[in-house]
Amino acid sequence: MIQAFSSEVGTGSREENASSKNPQPLLDVAGLTLRIGEAGRTVVDDVDFQVFPGEIVGIVGESGSGKTLAARAVMGFIPPAVRLVGGTIRFDGQDVMAMSGKDLRAMRGSKVGMVFQEPMTSLNPSMLIGRQLDEGLALHRKLDAAARRALILDMLRRVGLKDPEGALESYPHQFSGGMRQRIMLASVMLLRPALLLADEPTTALDAVVQRDVMELMVGLTQENGTAVLLISHDLGMVARYCSRIVVMCQGEVVEQGKSEDILARPQHAYTRKLLSAMPHRLPARELPQAKTPIVSVRDLVVDYPGRQGFFRKSTPKRALHGISLDVQPGEVVAVVGGSGSGKTTLGQSIAGLVKSSSGAILFDGKPITKGEAGYWDYRLNCQMVFQDPYSSLDPRMTIGELVAEPLRLVPGMESAAKAARVAEVLSEVGLGDGFAGRFPHELSGGQRQRVAIARAVVRRPSFVIADEPVSALDVTVRAQVLELFDELQKKHGFSCLFISHDLGVVEQVADRVVVMQDGRIVEEGPRDAIFDAPQHAYTQKLLSAVPGLESTGEGGVRLFWRRAENDASIVS
Amino acid sequence: MSSDSTMSTGGSGKKARRLKLPAPNAIIGGGLIGTLLAVAATGALWTPYEPLKLSFREKLVAPNAAHWLGTDEFGRDVLSRLMAGAATSVWISLLTVTLAVLLGTLIGLISGYTRGWTDRIIMAFNDALLAFPGILLALGLLAVVGANKYGIILALGIAYTPSVARVVRGTVLSLREREFIAASRVMGNSEAFTMARHVLPNCIAPLTVLATSMFGYVLLAESALSFLGLGVPPPAPTWGNMLAGSRPYIGQAVWLGIFPGLCISLTLLGINLLGDALRDKLDPRMRGAR
Repeated sequence: MIQAFSSEVGTGSREENASSKNPQPLLDVAGLTLRIGEAGRTVVDDVDFQVFPGEIVGIVGESGSGKTLAARAVMGFIPPAVRLVGGTIRFDGQDVMAMSGKDLRAMRGSKVGMVFQEPMTSLNPSMLIGRQLDEGLALHRKLDAAARRALILDMLRRVGLKDPEGALESYPHQFSGGMRQRIMLASVMLLRPALLLADEPTTALDAVVQRDVMELMVGLTQENGTAVLLISHDLGMVARYCSRIVVMCQGEVVEQGKSEDILARPQHAYTRKLLSAMPHRLPARELPQAKTPIVSVRDLVVDYPGRQGFFRKSTPKRALHGISLDVQPGEVVAVVGGSGSGKTTLGQSIAGLVKSSSGAILFDGKPITKGEAGYWDYRLNCQMVFQDPYSSLDPRMTIGELVAEPLRLVPGMESAAKAARVAEVLSEVGLGDGFAGRFPHELSGGQRQRVAIARAVVRRPSFVIADEPVSALDVTVRAQVLELFDELQKKHGFSCLFISHDLGVVEQVADRVVVMQDGRIVEEGPRDAIFDAPQHAYTQKLLSAVPGLESTGEGGVRLFWRRAENDASIVS
Repeated sequence: MSSDSTMSTGGSGKKARRLKLPAPNAIIGGGLIGTLLAVAATGALWTPYEPLKLSFREKLVAPNAAHWLGTDEFGRDVLSRLMAGAATSVWISLLTVTLAVLLGTLIGLISGYTRGWTDRIIMAFNDALLAFPGILLALGLLAVVGANKYGIILALGIAYTPSVARVVRGTVLSLREREFIAASRVMGNSEAFTMARHVLPNCIAPLTVLATSMFGYVLLAESALSFLGLGVPPPAPTWGNMLAGSRPYIGQAVWLGIFPGLCISLTLLGINLLGDALRDKLDPRMRGAR
């Protein structure tokens, strides 16, 4: 594989050699200011940064910090409503803002490549992979079809596709998110750009795939001497791969410098806030020993039916292969695993959303079948917080109505008591009086997730299932919501099944951790044991994808990376 | 930090919303439809002339001071006939759309929410009906129920039901994958309650759009049926049969076609504007956006 690629490295490294003698920055952004409309809000305010040839620079900030706009301006992609008010962008000595449309088009793709966040939508779903990859190559390189095909096959092999020939004749939907992001990367790197803009390239992927794609990106760009401008909200990931970091907050650069310096000695309060928002481990708690677990899952098997046609039925897919699990009263059990591990299915079957094929779920010692004596007790006491706060709240109901809805089914509760409870819970989750009359769309993502949590705890349930409750949120908001969740859990003592792919979050909240892979539990144990001495190879692999944190003085942190013992190669 | 900025706008925003004038499309649309409804309700009572009175001396008179909109081939006053016809046309369209929306929503909800075999059988039947052009289906049904006012309503209503069912089913299918439906089930709500509380209200936006555009189709379909001789039987005036009847005289008396056509167009415009305004009003996401 590496041999096949070495022929290309020749030309790539020559370019690098030529430019590395040149001390001039490849990309020089100075005083960039963007506004919405001529006199509107300033969204990017006097931003300066440079990218030198071959270097990896990270821009870190939360949504609304202007990081994406600043990076897109480099390519001349600014939304029509946004106006350039001041500053210059020089790429390779040329002023991007003064370029003609023709020059801009020539620069895009061939000199500056871009990888987008959403691999599901950034490839054209109705075009064959081969044709999509060929598009840019045919446009920017004078090569005949056979030579282009050879280059494409080489590149697809390089990004780790097992069957490049077959991939050329496939459509994007036939690949997983991680594979699509590799294909996207291949299509960009085919043209060997001098600069790669990567806008949250791995945010939509789970931790292990995220690491694989990042390593691949770093490897590929290094071979070609391509500089990378990595835009992300994930400080840990940026620190791992970038030599320099630019921290942006509300359109301004608040701090920039070497990665180690930023982490160890953050100067600006916002950087410190970002660092403290990174999940950290709290001391383990002692839980009272109880006789009956609140939820007990016994040999649970769940099959998803295959596609049903009029005449044929394809074979069902088994999502859970006999899971057994206990949750003690007051305990927070985290279920971790990559996508497709069955962790969400487990949560949904405990919540009663998915039918099991065999096995049993006991709630407080009683089976939860409709019609049984314990069923209603379970229905009232088991609640769920969903992943996406944008889809889990009915857009036509006010916050007050949403939070009050679960109380409808509580037997014998007066309406005055209900109103009081709603107000109480809303203030518990940090949403004051003004919120009850508002609609979900008027709220930010974090506020919506607070509403979802309020709705789950309003009945004072004894068991809450939280399915990736913070993975759709920004870092600092995530920290606040986690804190709130922790607070509520301690106050009301409900047990919790916390489902997540993000080990960092799990480390902060869990008492016990269950690791799942392909519908089976591969490892289970107290949090500290799992994090400090993982036994199973998959657990080790998961752990190696997230940073460990050690705080230093001065409000900074040092990151360390756990290595799996026999780590699979980056191309898995 | 984002919570602070949104919190401060909460109380004052609501008051401002109440004082604001309705959107321009609501004013224009409401004005047009209000006039139409007023004329439809009372028009037959104060027509300048008797709408059915023949007067062969005055046939095909161009618009003048006596006959503002001219007269037709039998010397009947066009303005009077338009005013009298408004009631019939509007009544037919309103009832037809209501019938189609009610039937279609019911079928679509059941089909989309239950899925499985129920869905397949209902939709196979539905698609078979969709395969016929609406007007053809209505013609067939009219042959069975007889060409009178209520026959037309029934026939057109059934003919337009499948497209409503399709739209509702599609919306329901996408809605039921949303997490708030799962949340409602986790709460312990029954399926029927979930459907009524969470699914149906979220179908209103596409339904409003569909119903307003359907209103226009029905007005035209009624005139097409009249044209084929299956509409409301003459001499009773409807906009449709006035338009249809104007065809042979288009060369000599252009006003015969223009004025009923103008009435239909203005009604459609009004309905569409009002429909847009209504959809925005009913959708909390659009409130205060203007």
